[in-house]
Amino acid sequence: MVNFNRFTLVNGLKVLVHEDPTTPMAVLNILYDVGARDEEADKTGFAHLFEHLMFGGSVNIPSYDEPLQRVGGENNAFTSNDITNYYITLPAENLETAFWLESDRMLNLAFSEKSLDTQRNVVSEEFKQRYLNQPYGDVWLKLRPLAYKKHSYQWATIGKELSHIENATMDDVKAFFKKHYNPQNAILVVGGNVKTEDVKKLAEKWFEPIPAGNKYNRNLIQEEHQTEARFETITADVPLNAIYIAFKMPERLSVDYHVYDLLSDVLSSGKSSRLHNSLLKEQKLFSEINAYITSSLDAGLFIIEGKLVEGVTIQTAEKGIWAELEKLKQDAVNESELAKIQNKAESVMVFSEMNLLDKAMNLAYYELLGDAMLMNEETQKYLAVTADDLKRVSEKMFTKESSSTLYYLTKQNA
Amino acid sequence: MLNRTQAPDFKQVSQIDFIHPTKNNLDNGIPVYTLFSDNQDIVRIEFIFDNVNWDKSKPLQALITNTMINNGTKKFTAKEIAERIDFYGAFFQTDYAQDQSSVTLYSLNKHLPFVLPIVKNVLTDSQFPQQELDIFLQNQKQKFQVNLKKNDFVARKTFSHTLFGDTIYGVNTSLTDYDAVNRLDLADYFAKAYNPSNCTLVIAGKFDSEAFELLNETFGKGWEKQNSVENKFALQAHFNEKIYAERADALQSAIRIGKLSINRNHVDFPGFQVLNTVFGGYFGSRLMANIREEKGYTYGIGSGIASLKNAGYFFIATEVGAEVCGDALTEIYKEIDILKTDLVGEDELNLVRNYMLGSMLGSLENIFSHADKFKNIHFSGLGYDYYETYIKTVKNISSGAIKDLANKYLGTENFVEVVVGKR
Repeated sequence: MVNFNRFTLVNGLKVLVHEDPTTPMAVLNILYDVGARDEEADKTGFAHLFEHLMFGGSVNIPSYDEPLQRVGGENNAFTSNDITNYYITLPAENLETAFWLESDRMLNLAFSEKSLDTQRNVVSEEFKQRYLNQPYGDVWLKLRPLAYKKHSYQWATIGKELSHIENATMDDVKAFFKKHYNPQNAILVVGGNVKTEDVKKLAEKWFEPIPAGNKYNRNLIQEEHQTEARFETITADVPLNAIYIAFKMPERLSVDYHVYDLLSDVLSSGKSSRLHNSLLKEQKLFSEINAYITSSLDAGLFIIEGKLVEGVTIQTAEKGIWAELEKLKQDAVNESELAKIQNKAESVMVFSEMNLLDKAMNLAYYELLGDAMLMNEETQKYLAVTADDLKRVSEKMFTKESSSTLYYLTKQNA
Repeated sequence: MLNRTQAPDFKQVSQIDFIHPTKNNLDNGIPVYTLFSDNQDIVRIEFIFDNVNWDKSKPLQALITNTMINNGTKKFTAKEIAERIDFYGAFFQTDYAQDQSSVTLYSLNKHLPFVLPIVKNVLTDSQFPQQELDIFLQNQKQKFQVNLKKNDFVARKTFSHTLFGDTIYGVNTSLTDYDAVNRLDLADYFAKAYNPSNCTLVIAGKFDSEAFELLNETFGKGWEKQNSVENKFALQAHFNEKIYAERADALQSAIRIGKLSINRNHVDFPGFQVLNTVFGGYFGSRLMANIREEKGYTYGIGSGIASLKNAGYFFIATEVGAEVCGDALTEIYKEIDILKTDLVGEDELNLVRNYMLGSMLGSLENIFSHADKFKNIHFSGLGYDYYETYIKTVKNISSGAIKDLANKYLGTENFVEVVVGKR
């Protein structure tokens, strides 16, 4: 159970406070309700590039990192297809420095040309390091556009191509800031060795004077129901053949979300899971095999991916996966298998409360979902899933018509 | 009117409290260090074994024994072990490092009586079944082939081997090493290393006297001692070795540069850590400021000092755009020269002091991290006064002393420089 207090400033900024006296540290986490899904199709990778620019100095403070390091703090950020999240950890007695820095960059950025130049280069190198210069690194650049034809989930957070980042202009940057970076589109969480009344005073002092700005009203084109099996084959200089199958699954707030999540655990959580034992150990089709979900706010993906044992044909491997999925459609999982994955899910929730930063990030995310209290109801939702639910959802999801299959082949086999 | 140009007042971290362990012994003599906290109903139990009996003709013996330890006993198959652990929502983890191999159990307190016997069975009766080994080796070889396509993986492996040769620290794995692994070697190593005379337990979380009794009942008896040979060796410095592995299609080059150095037992170690932080040890470091933030050559660059039982080493690591690789190398060496000739300014040094103290405080956020801090000193043969000295050094070291350390420890004449990619 993670406790919290909650209030809203007059400019619309939501603030949550989690008091944890067992640590000498404090965390200030701010989530902006903007991700790669909010980008234009010809300016992709922008939410993430913008995240880098948030460290290039703000209107009254030329350097963001330096004053924070000076008070013993550290910070970082990440961008996903749905959100952009910034966080600071620092000794609790220096909490006000975090308020000072974080509020100034919500107020306005410095918009320095030098910073834009540099971060275009840095992000290009990040693009190369993580997506282009790695074996299988570009899978998501291929898989997303195969699975999504309408929705902006069709591109990855890094962007469709390097040129979109290289062509970003200062005008684009300013427009993006104005549209998304204001109090109404943000959720602030302060946690650690803090008191709610002190946080309230600091929030009123530093954040309340920031103009509310315009509320961004999201109106994304939603993906249409997929009715045909999709395939794509790519070849690259990789040592092993691999297969990726993406199924459509509902959005994060769907009542069935937890069923899908547990279904991925049945298939591939650890060495007692089905795919590991059947496909890797018994049939020896794969050297690695995994199933997981993207947990996205709009309709997401349920992924099965594996690297094939040398000599196994891609058709045999694919058949092996489908045979396992058919079993889930035919027979309900038995009681002890269900109890096992539910116990594990419960345990994961308990361990996730060990880390202050994780708690703060989760509170912000669940508040974005509608109510931070949802975080404390997760375990019950996992425990409420039945064997019938898993079978029902399997029948619905595991059909060829809702699948997108990518063969990633080595050049030698092409 | 709020003055946003004025930074709020702040304090340097004044007090850092370390939770010390209590020590007990099991009936068979295994030392147990417990760091107690009842904030959550969970516990982490680490069984830590020294790496022993190093045989350079069997470079994967200790590693694979560790990784495969839960793949079958006389009583349970690999799947049954995993199912039983998973059923209780516990986590069983193996870790292999240069000096130690460990087996870690994370569990909710209420399930300890059920999961401890499974761990006992694994630690006393692992069989390394042939069919499990065959599958494992086949899959590891495939993973290894994928890793060989990663420039940073190859750079790291080449760097370690150049520095440490055919010692356990320098293993330069090749595909044929996997073919040479056999189950008798694993069983032999298992018997020598995984036994009470070579084991230390570090426990963190809600672990009371009742839990200790249970632990002692389970592990304090019925577990045979064995003799083993400690891994001990001395290393020779290298002279200006430059290794370049070209990858014609590389978009980025992986760079790894460094040398043998001191470890935590040396009196200069805390001061060297301050020097390293200034140079490449945090986001605002000189390497990051110059090579990422000023030049945009890389997504990230850093340096570090690793402390091992028989050695220490200093390293710089990055991946840079292939077309700017030469320029990046020039800038790295330029930054080293500046540290040897110019004093670090008071402003920068104060920032680094405060950053390091905050970082130390922040690294103690829960009982697991307190246990990690204990392991750092315990396995170096040091006590908590090490941290007192460290904090005193961070607070007081002068810029003159840092310059002296740069001249003493950053001599580039015996650097090993590895570049994988293009230059």
